[in-house]
Amino acid sequence: MRKALPAFIPFVIVVVALESLVRAGWIKAFLVPPPSAVFETLIHDWRELFGALAKTSVGALAGFALSAVGGIAIGVFLSSSSAIRQAFYPYAVFFQTVPIIAIAPLLVIWFGYGMRTVVASAFIVSIFPVIANTLTGILSTDPALRDLFILYGASPSATLWRLRFPAALPQILTGLRIAGGLAVIGAIVGEFIGGQGLGSVVDVARTQQRTDKVFAAVLLASLLGLALFGFINLLSRVALRRWHVSEQN
Amino acid sequence: MIPRPRINPISGAEQVPGNEAGGVRVALDKVRRAFGELVVVADFSLSITTGEFLAILGPSGCGKSTLLRLVAGLTAPDSGHIGITPDDTRFHTAFVFQDAHLLPWRTVLENVALPLELMGIGVTERLGRASAALDEVGLREAESRYPAQLSGGMRMRVSLARALVTRPRLLLLDEPFAALDEITRFRLDARLRELWLERGMTVIFVTHSITEAAFLANRAVVLTRKGCGIKLDRRLELPQVRDNEMRAMPEFASEMQGLLAAMEEED
Repeated sequence: MRKALPAFIPFVIVVVALESLVRAGWIKAFLVPPPSAVFETLIHDWRELFGALAKTSVGALAGFALSAVGGIAIGVFLSSSSAIRQAFYPYAVFFQTVPIIAIAPLLVIWFGYGMRTVVASAFIVSIFPVIANTLTGILSTDPALRDLFILYGASPSATLWRLRFPAALPQILTGLRIAGGLAVIGAIVGEFIGGQGLGSVVDVARTQQRTDKVFAAVLLASLLGLALFGFINLLSRVALRRWHVSEQN
Repeated sequence: MIPRPRINPISGAEQVPGNEAGGVRVALDKVRRAFGELVVVADFSLSITTGEFLAILGPSGCGKSTLLRLVAGLTAPDSGHIGITPDDTRFHTAFVFQDAHLLPWRTVLENVALPLELMGIGVTERLGRASAALDEVGLREAESRYPAQLSGGMRMRVSLARALVTRPRLLLLDEPFAALDEITRFRLDARLRELWLERGMTVIFVTHSITEAAFLANRAVVLTRKGCGIKLDRRLELPQVRDNEMRAMPEFASEMQGLLAAMEEED
């Protein structure tokens, strides 16, 4: 609780300032709603909003899980030789540079309206940081330890699972932290185009000029991102606390 | 406190008591290794007899570490030949690096057991042997700790135990104690010397410390600044069993003087 306090203070300051500025008429309420109106909407429309949050959570988590498994597998594959890296890594980078909003309509054509498009969107947006961090982590293994494994005749698979993968774990977890936030963004984008959830709530509320509802949905999406971030931090704490400096303070 | 082994003074490097693993003979014949345009090792020839403790001295960047990597088979020579007799040295060569290079996610015991694990030895046997190796370097009580919980000297002892756990016939050490304080270094030097006397393995110890070379080795080779030329190849006439009192002996000072003169000599 004491650790969360410093992050809570700016939140309170912004909320109080925003409420005061809107009430004083310095900011138009139809542009930026007062925080009290957002909380009122959260209570009044809770059934719709939390139902949408549940759908977005499923889409984002499924996309994130696919990214985690697929990204780590692709990162390990790319690390296996420089020839493979040269042949395939540029395509992974290219995949990252494709704007999701431009290909989202294609996803609807391929996967139809609904959860599959949302999951695909979350997956596409969040996989690259996992690939890049897994690859960098594996390639950064201490050369002296690699020599040691060579000296004792370790097989490539023993070297991967006993040395390179554990050594890369802190970086893989960093990639997963980034991917968690991106998966929520990807799911929301997918819902804009072809799904049900917080993205579609935002889209409908926008057409109705309901900025309070837009803000309420955005707040819930952010909380989902934070929850995913917290979960990965917990994983990191469990996996690294005994040996990695990042988890020892 | 590192426990002292029961050892007897002996007279020659080839006659070592308690010689369970024994050593190997290493012969380098006109070995050459270049990195791009830079020739690090040029036509280097040297013969190291079975069970010998050889120190290789030279200034930083003279190619000492490359020489060691060539002997270990971690770097291939561009030309020349490196012969190790008997040649069944797979799993019988061990290497101690400049830093401990432990796996930080493994306990001390698991780190020491690693070479045996890679060799496919069962868990009960490898943990037992790892425990015994830790005993030899006086670190049994730290076996469940992680490397981050150890001092630099303790980490180096773990690294030494990891090298010894396979009972190597050829032990290669690349300035292993260079980063340690003087007292810890003296203790580890003494323990390494004792272990060599117990096991009779062939040891090649790379260092730029004249004191360390004179204390540890039976034979010292001083290299030139470039190309790994041999400036001096000298047998050190000192007692087989050595302790810190020996450091005050005139014979020790004389050997150090000889090595220092060779180090200072222009290439």
